[in-house]
Amino acid sequence: MHFLGLIGSVVLAFLAHIGRLTLFTATALSHCLRPPIYFRLIGRQMIDIGYYSLPVVGLTAIFSGMVLALQSYTGFARFAAGSENAIANVVVVSLTRELGPVLAGLMVAGRIGASMAAEIGTMRVTEQLDALTALSTNPFKYLVVPRLVAGTLMLPALVLIADIIGVFGGFVVSVYKLGFNPAAYITNSYDFMQPLDVISGLVKAGVFGFTIALMGCYAGYHSKGGAQGVGAATTNAVVSSSILILTFNYIITELFFGT
Amino acid sequence: MNTTSETSVPKIRLKGVHKSFGAKNVLAGINLDIAKGESVVVIGGSGTGKSVLIKCIIGILQPDSGFIAVNGEDVTHVPANARDAVNRKFGMLFQGGALFDSLPVWENVAFGLMQREHLSRAQAKERAVETLAKVGLAPDVGELSPAELSGGMQKRVGLARAIAGEPEIVFFDEPTTGLDPIMGDVINDLIISCVKQQGITALSITHDMHSARKIGDRITMLYQGKLIWDGAARDIDHAGNPFVDQFVHGNAEGPIKMQARR
Repeated sequence: MHFLGLIGSVVLAFLAHIGRLTLFTATALSHCLRPPIYFRLIGRQMIDIGYYSLPVVGLTAIFSGMVLALQSYTGFARFAAGSENAIANVVVVSLTRELGPVLAGLMVAGRIGASMAAEIGTMRVTEQLDALTALSTNPFKYLVVPRLVAGTLMLPALVLIADIIGVFGGFVVSVYKLGFNPAAYITNSYDFMQPLDVISGLVKAGVFGFTIALMGCYAGYHSKGGAQGVGAATTNAVVSSSILILTFNYIITELFFGT
Repeated sequence: MNTTSETSVPKIRLKGVHKSFGAKNVLAGINLDIAKGESVVVIGGSGTGKSVLIKCIIGILQPDSGFIAVNGEDVTHVPANARDAVNRKFGMLFQGGALFDSLPVWENVAFGLMQREHLSRAQAKERAVETLAKVGLAPDVGELSPAELSGGMQKRVGLARAIAGEPEIVFFDEPTTGLDPIMGDVINDLIISCVKQQGITALSITHDMHSARKIGDRITMLYQGKLIWDGAARDIDHAGNPFVDQFVHGNAEGPIKMQARR
């Protein structure tokens, strides 16, 4: 009986959590559509999320492209002679459809989701959120909306750049290490790539950006206690947004390419 | 909204305000009237619900039942989009300062001016520097980050932020907590001068009796969710209430027992 009670309380807590998250999302979205809109804060968040994430996303992309080219070459060599020529195609499709958005999303979740949760969580436990309300400023409008808008807009931009850098990484390894013809590599990449490959990646990136910002803000907004509570909020933000990124990745892939 | 006649209207009125967190009944029927220009101090031990009382008035927390009126207008269940208009009348000094650490000091002070009055940044900065001067801070302090300030300076900046918008009502949450006695008294003097100069109605909560006697016209004591005593500040030392006497004199022995958490 005690065991069943435990299961019941866990299920109830989970449902309550889902309810709070749904309400939080609905409130945040409704504030996205109503003035005032803090454009200055949106701009600041866009720089934070977009510009300052470029190094980590760029490095992830270039090494992913390089490894992908190398692994494809050695892997394909086992199957059939000449299939190594498909490396350019594999690199461009893998990066634009999957690796670009997913890896960029996970890196940004670690960098930005954590910092959002920590910042808003600290504001919660030091009464800064209460101070905003006391100063006639809605915390959703001032803190959540700029982050959601900037996250949704900037992650596709980052992914686009990551795609280019990743393909360049594959090019460098293929040409300078594996001895491929540079012109043929570029032509293969360009000819094989479909607009839908890039579009699906950018759609994923937009969803991931929204998810990262939402989970970061939600975890911070509902943090409790002191430093320990903020730490737990930060962990929750990163873990939940990472899991959601992988979940949405499958769902969006199914929607675009499912048969 | 309920409105009563202007003459008999207290600046703040609370009637039968209840607030619970789970099984814990924090406010159990609070009745309190505060007249215009009056400075009322609520005393009580830590965790007795003093901050909850203020947060219910400001709208940060919703009371479970009861009635809260400001200038005769029922603000108990004002929706969030109309709350901003109500809160324009308020200023608040938070216990820990609650300064926005992502903004320099002058922007903290000018925050309400830019949000509520839509002043330009240049105009708001000018007003912020003037307000910082009122609390004894030099203009160059305005360029510092809150993290660079001492506790006393943070309280002053918090006070400047609270009065910058020339509010009708200011709430002071433990204004002297964590300060040395001299700085605490400086803050008390600043509160008195700001409140009296601007004719502000003030509601303060504290367990610092020196501060309560100095800044309050009236003192009331919160115990187990109810206001158990209410009188002039000068009468607090001979209140004739054993709970108040124990609290005022800081005696471990008496009717107030430290509750062990169950």
